[in-house]
Amino acid sequence: MDHVLRVMGAEKRFGQTMALRGADVSLRRGEWMALLGPNGAGKTTLVRAIAGRVRLDRGRIELLGEEVGAGSGAAGARARLGVVPQEIALYPLLTPVENLRTFGALHGLNGGELRERVEWALEWTGLRERAREPVKGFSGGMKRRLNIACGVLHQPEVVLLDEPTVGVDPQSRERIWEMLAGLRAAGASLMLTTHQLDEAQQVCDRVVIIDHGEVIANGTLEELVAATIGPGRRVVVTLDRPVDAGSAGGLPAGGEMCADGRAVAWRVAQVGADLPAVLMRVREAGYGVEDVRVEAPSLHAVFIHLTGRELRE
Amino acid sequence: MMMAAMWRAWLVELRRDRVAFALTFVLPIVFFSVFGVMFGGTGGGGTPRVRVAVVDEDGSEASRRLVEALKKEEGLRVVTEAPGEGEDRRPLDRAGALEMVGSGRLPAAVVIPKGFGDEFGLFMEDGVEIELLVDTSDPIAGPMIAGLLQGVAMTAAPDLMMARGMEIFERYGGALTAQQRAAVDAWLPVLRGDAQREGDGPDDGDAEPSRSRAGFQGPVAVKIVDVLGEKKQERGKVVSFSAAGIAVMFLLFMASAGAGTLLEAQESGVLERLLGTRLSMTQLLLGKWAFLTAVGFVQVTVMFLWGAAVFGLDLWGHLGGFAVMTATTAAAGSALGLVLAAACRSRAQLGAVSTIVILTMSAAGGSMVPRMFMPEAMRTIGLGTFNAWAVDGYLKIFWFETGVLSVWPQVCVLVAMTGVFLVTARMLARKWEVG
Repeated sequence: MDHVLRVMGAEKRFGQTMALRGADVSLRRGEWMALLGPNGAGKTTLVRAIAGRVRLDRGRIELLGEEVGAGSGAAGARARLGVVPQEIALYPLLTPVENLRTFGALHGLNGGELRERVEWALEWTGLRERAREPVKGFSGGMKRRLNIACGVLHQPEVVLLDEPTVGVDPQSRERIWEMLAGLRAAGASLMLTTHQLDEAQQVCDRVVIIDHGEVIANGTLEELVAATIGPGRRVVVTLDRPVDAGSAGGLPAGGEMCADGRAVAWRVAQVGADLPAVLMRVREAGYGVEDVRVEAPSLHAVFIHLTGRELRE
Repeated sequence: MMMAAMWRAWLVELRRDRVAFALTFVLPIVFFSVFGVMFGGTGGGGTPRVRVAVVDEDGSEASRRLVEALKKEEGLRVVTEAPGEGEDRRPLDRAGALEMVGSGRLPAAVVIPKGFGDEFGLFMEDGVEIELLVDTSDPIAGPMIAGLLQGVAMTAAPDLMMARGMEIFERYGGALTAQQRAAVDAWLPVLRGDAQREGDGPDDGDAEPSRSRAGFQGPVAVKIVDVLGEKKQERGKVVSFSAAGIAVMFLLFMASAGAGTLLEAQESGVLERLLGTRLSMTQLLLGKWAFLTAVGFVQVTVMFLWGAAVFGLDLWGHLGGFAVMTATTAAAGSALGLVLAAACRSRAQLGAVSTIVILTMSAAGGSMVPRMFMPEAMRTIGLGTFNAWAVDGYLKIFWFETGVLSVWPQVCVLVAMTGVFLVTARMLARKWEVG
């Protein structure tokens, strides 16, 4: 397997806090991988370690076949890495063109190549019409698009994206994913951290879930579902009235009461075979059925199952 | 109740914000102390001593006794020998004294010319005058030494003065009788003894009244000679004091503000991104330092151009010295700005810390009040500041006009400071490199 990135046994402690506890992560050529975890799980530390901004206490990082250490600069493999930080790391008083030229030059672009890449970035981000205005007046979505462009201007083979869509409206988020699709078409391998599980599920080939500094799950969505909640469906039945405390025993076993007290969820292996039986038992218990919803296994369900927490907790 | 709650919260905030606390209570005390020492001493140190060169061209008993009395004067620190080691040391002559005052190493020199002893005590209107060589920009040294000279002359040799008085009396009033002569002769040793005792210690009660004879012509004629001459007025040199002091102070403010953009970059994530490129921290700091040095050079140049255009500062006549001093000053100031920024954790902290550091250094280092007006102890303390060396260099160029080569000590110190500051900044900046 052609790996462009391998992190092996990464350990990092900040004071009393163990940010990474032997994390192992890899990224294949052309692959898109989502790195998920609750806040404080160690995602950003891992990204910063790969970018050379955090020195590991233990473990190794191989980038494009070359072992890299903290502070080893951008020579060699690191020059082929693009990092897009979570913060809007731009010069606010500079225009998009000036920001792009600055970061492009620092990534080793110059002359005609730099001009060409700046033109590409303006087109790619849709900021051509605002190219000569200071960035400080831009919307959050525009700044974030430019933030991404500054990180990939030098056409890196491996891109690390830390929360590329945080704090932007749905339209801007849509635009950003369109931009990233362009990177995929160009063959870039990408590792992204995000809180948008649905997006991670849609665009990424593989998911790595990290918690308390350890990788607790690693695989495709199907693999994770099979290994955790199983391939069945979740059936949510909304009753015609709240469940009576005394009559709950009449409902099918294994039901999960939802917050409003009227909806109950069951996990079924075969929808066609198991759902009619569930509905019959509900009617027999004396309840009417107002609505039925069948949910496919989701990354969100896997995540909750594995971490016991919501992503933002 | 609500107001009390707010007050309590604000007080806790003030107490926990150490920088705000320091700005509120410590900085005023530091400033008060610096200016207090400058102008009033510390209360226990007595009268500030003024360094003065004394050249005895006469070599008479009167001149020797005047020199000895000046040496014992508590307000003066008398220099009678030219700089040198061991056998090279020789009595100071007029040219040497002129050079020392002209170059700003001493604020004044007293020259006792030939014939002084012959006329001492004769009170002749057009007699030999003691020359007081001063830089008249120092408002303290000249008048103070002139006054002290009168007092010292009066007390240094009363016996000689009485003897001269008797000679004049006998010349114009006829000879004394044998009885009168005997009485006068009996008094002369007593007067000589009084003079020697008076010179033995500064606490003698008779000494004080003699110092306060302002306006009295006095027993010796004193001619005040401004060493730097009238040309300094013509060329608008007075403004060079404020130009140098203010330029250096604002150069520091510019440098610390400019270096503070590193903290902004760190807070916004730009620094992280920059260090993720091919740029190393050393390159980043050196680039920033070079940029700030260039901006500082332009800033000071603009200020001196304004001084030349509006206040008649002779910039064009001292272009070489100006360029050398401005380049080295801007380089050292920019490096100091980097140290301040790298030592702070946030832009807000830098603002407070740099204000304290820069204002204190400016006060002690002569950016606000020329160091030549300060007591010697304060001048020595001031040498520990960046400002003192920079301002001294500019004054050598524009005020004393000693030429570009004369600023080599200042240039060497500023270059050394630049190196130390850059190394310090680099070490402090390690906190930004890798976690």
